[in-house]
Amino acid sequence: MTPTSDVPQTNPGTQFGFLDDFAVREIRRGLLKALAIPGYQVPYASREMPIARGFGTGGMQITLAIATPEDRLKVIDQGADDSVNAVSLRRFIAASCPALLTVTRTPEATIIQTRHRVPERPLVAGQIMVYQVPYPDPLQIVEPSEAKRRASHAHGDYARLWVKLYEDVVRFREVAISNRYPARVAGRYVIDPSPIPRWDLPKLHRSPVPHLFGAGREKKLYAVPPFTNVVPLAFDDVPFEVERFRDVAGKRNRCQRCGADDTFLDEIPLTGQASRWQCNDQDRCSENLGYSDGA
Amino acid sequence: MVRETPVLTASGLTRIHGRGCLDCVRLTGDAQGRNICPSCGSVVALADVSFELWPGEILGVMGESGSGKSSVVKMLHLDDQMTAGSAIFRESDGRSHELAQVDEVEIRRLRDTRFGMVHQNPHLGLNFGVSAGGNIAERLLCGGERRFAVIRETALGLLDRTEVPRGRIDHQPGQFSGGMQQRLQIARALAPRPELLFLDEVTTGLDLSVQARILDLILEIQRELGVAMIVVTHDLGVVRLLASRTIVLRHGRVVEAGLTDQILEDPQHAYTQQLVMSAL
Amino acid sequence: MGYVAVRGGEAAIAEAIRALDVLRAGGTEPGPGAGDPLQVDAIRHQLRLLVDRVMGEGGLYDPRLAALAIKQAQGDPLEAAFILRAHRSNLPRLGESAPHRGSSMRLIRRISSAFKEIPGGQRLGPSTDYLQRLFRLDLLDEDPAAFRAAAQAIPGVPATAGNFPKVVDGLRAEGLLQDAGPAQPAVDITRAPVTFPIPRPARLAHLTRGETGGVLTMAYTTMRGYGYLHPTVAELRVGYLPVLLPHPLTGEPVEAGEVLVTECEIVATHGGGPGEGPPRILLGYGGCLGHNEVKAIAMAMCDRAMLSGDERGVRHPAEDPEFVVCHVDGIEAMGFCSHYKLPHYVTFQSDLENIRSSAAKLQGGA
Repeated sequence: MTPTSDVPQTNPGTQFGFLDDFAVREIRRGLLKALAIPGYQVPYASREMPIARGFGTGGMQITLAIATPEDRLKVIDQGADDSVNAVSLRRFIAASCPALLTVTRTPEATIIQTRHRVPERPLVAGQIMVYQVPYPDPLQIVEPSEAKRRASHAHGDYARLWVKLYEDVVRFREVAISNRYPARVAGRYVIDPSPIPRWDLPKLHRSPVPHLFGAGREKKLYAVPPFTNVVPLAFDDVPFEVERFRDVAGKRNRCQRCGADDTFLDEIPLTGQASRWQCNDQDRCSENLGYSDGA
Repeated sequence: MVRETPVLTASGLTRIHGRGCLDCVRLTGDAQGRNICPSCGSVVALADVSFELWPGEILGVMGESGSGKSSVVKMLHLDDQMTAGSAIFRESDGRSHELAQVDEVEIRRLRDTRFGMVHQNPHLGLNFGVSAGGNIAERLLCGGERRFAVIRETALGLLDRTEVPRGRIDHQPGQFSGGMQQRLQIARALAPRPELLFLDEVTTGLDLSVQARILDLILEIQRELGVAMIVVTHDLGVVRLLASRTIVLRHGRVVEAGLTDQILEDPQHAYTQQLVMSAL
Repeated sequence: MGYVAVRGGEAAIAEAIRALDVLRAGGTEPGPGAGDPLQVDAIRHQLRLLVDRVMGEGGLYDPRLAALAIKQAQGDPLEAAFILRAHRSNLPRLGESAPHRGSSMRLIRRISSAFKEIPGGQRLGPSTDYLQRLFRLDLLDEDPAAFRAAAQAIPGVPATAGNFPKVVDGLRAEGLLQDAGPAQPAVDITRAPVTFPIPRPARLAHLTRGETGGVLTMAYTTMRGYGYLHPTVAELRVGYLPVLLPHPLTGEPVEAGEVLVTECEIVATHGGGPGEGPPRILLGYGGCLGHNEVKAIAMAMCDRAMLSGDERGVRHPAEDPEFVVCHVDGIEAMGFCSHYKLPHYVTFQSDLENIRSSAAKLQGGA
């Protein structure tokens, strides 16, 4: 009944990365557990950040917990380094992590924090992907109760999710999930890969880098270790399909800036004429042009 | 090859709701005319219920409400845990399971792939948020089927079998008549080719002509597939038509057991006599 | 044509900050502007109930910082609570104080609806309950001298120290109160992950930091039929509790300061029945930092509803701990609501592609 002071002590003002030691330790341990059990959602006491929930606090906590002054950080939102929220996050991280270098060129980055996209350029060993996640649980579309979802994951019971896929194929001849496509990791847990488009999902399969997922508001961490199988949920005889970017004649749209026909495109609607298309991955587009735009 | 061992051997099935005491079983039952223990207030839903179910056989479980007949099914279908007793389920591949002691993983496997259950209330046995085909697909998916075409064909086949028009495969169960909902339940229950089917008051509340068709369907399925079944009912007519052997429950105890024909022609227990006499 | 980029993010953010300051200074409307900058102490005292609310939702007792947060947030209570939470997030933890029984409270207000008279007496205190909500137009042009003089009129609001036994203790002594069960250890929800089923101490910790309106809404559902609650306020207290920390040398508990809290216990009767035991009284507890009666009462009702859910099965939304705990946190809810303003054009493009492809297939195309 007596008051106690044996709670873990922290050193204010000396830490690199805003978070106190206790938080850093908890997040790192959570990440190790997540890597050891691929796809399993590890609950953690997500810390409040000066940036609002829903704006990337989960991804940010991971980055702040793993970054060292030797790292080089790229932050993208919707594939763009300059998008307002990416700028805001980068400013905060730069302020919290003195000496940490921020970059925009994908091959130069050691940590890439992202919202909704995976870079087009293949990643190489030594890089780490950090995802900002709104909904960590793929079963959330069929079951609102977290307690029941945990039991389903524990039993590997994804039947209700499969039934949703069945109903989609009956109605639409294909699965009607566009982003957040559920995928089975290492043959066991099914994950929500965050709102990346289907286009990006194959990049996780047997990737040479670790993919770390942080849901700040929902307070979960999960991970896909390198060279792990990540297989989208699909019937054996109704294959998984990615976005096609075909025009009405069936021709594949190209980026009007660099000419690429193998990237995820942004559509710029115009009045009175066909939409314009351009690479969503800003850095990739510039790279295709040899960075000649001064970008 | 005829199997020589029962599919199910139940001994001393007992289910007490409440904290229970040493006198519960002694102070309740048919002789005492009550289910509630006067000493501790617990409800003795079932006590000392024993029977065997043989391959391909339909066993009738008869009684009025409060007799404990639904509790029997709840416990054997692993929706509820028995307070005492044993129930050994033997699969056709020779594996046997003590249902009083199965773990969660095994419970799911048995319920998903070895058992089928049809409820009186279709809302308990069907997912109303999903199409008829989806309801059947769910069971096939639980069993690990991953080919869409196979799932579709199997579902259509089962609808044919249960006389639900194929064209309704993508309709919601809420749009079906009561009788068709029951037939859909049967189709769903049969999807994984179960070894044991539970039918709990499946025709109660339906029109007589509809009832008759469903009872005929059940008999046909039994003849074709040889599935062992437990049919729970309060209706003598159902038992007469379907069950080769029957047990009669009252206040949670078995008061009469044997060949259905014999029980109906020459009931021994006063309660059964009353039942038989009051039936039209 | 050049690349269409979401460019100039840095410039846009800088502009936004400048615009906010212009608004704060009253620069967008004709007239005398906003006058002198608000003093933080003025906010602290003259908007004390807002300060208390922000402290409660921010989860940090520091009236001055809460007042600053309100000033900085230009009066938005959720933003202000958010600023306080973010500040709290990486503060060092000095220790944990021992649990209070509440009877050592220095009371400024204490009422019971359950009894006409209670040991120690009822005291109305600074309550608005019985005031008429008519405008006091004299406040439009207040005389500063008269205002300052009011502070001297009663030497502080009487806060009486003493031993005021809790009303529910009397009921407990009579054996009418449902057994609370073994004491459960407190949970620091900012350091322990939340999993369901969630223990009662963690639920209460979430509720006490919950957004006042959110907790009120949940409680209101139980009052209007989404629940079987027939509650009576056994006791509502507003007063100061000592904060006891161990002395750095002797380890003995020493009073390091006081915090103003609001505490409420509601009682609901249960008729009992076969299998449910004898009739008895059920308890719901609510407590929060600062003077915030609506929240304390609403919290007690939510506590009681969830306990009923534990005992009899969840039949209504507010009886489900998952439903309540996951949705009362204002900072989380506000954040996620606001996040919909972020660009979502990749996911939307993905949706469009899905729909176009589906439409093509259904038309018989490839």
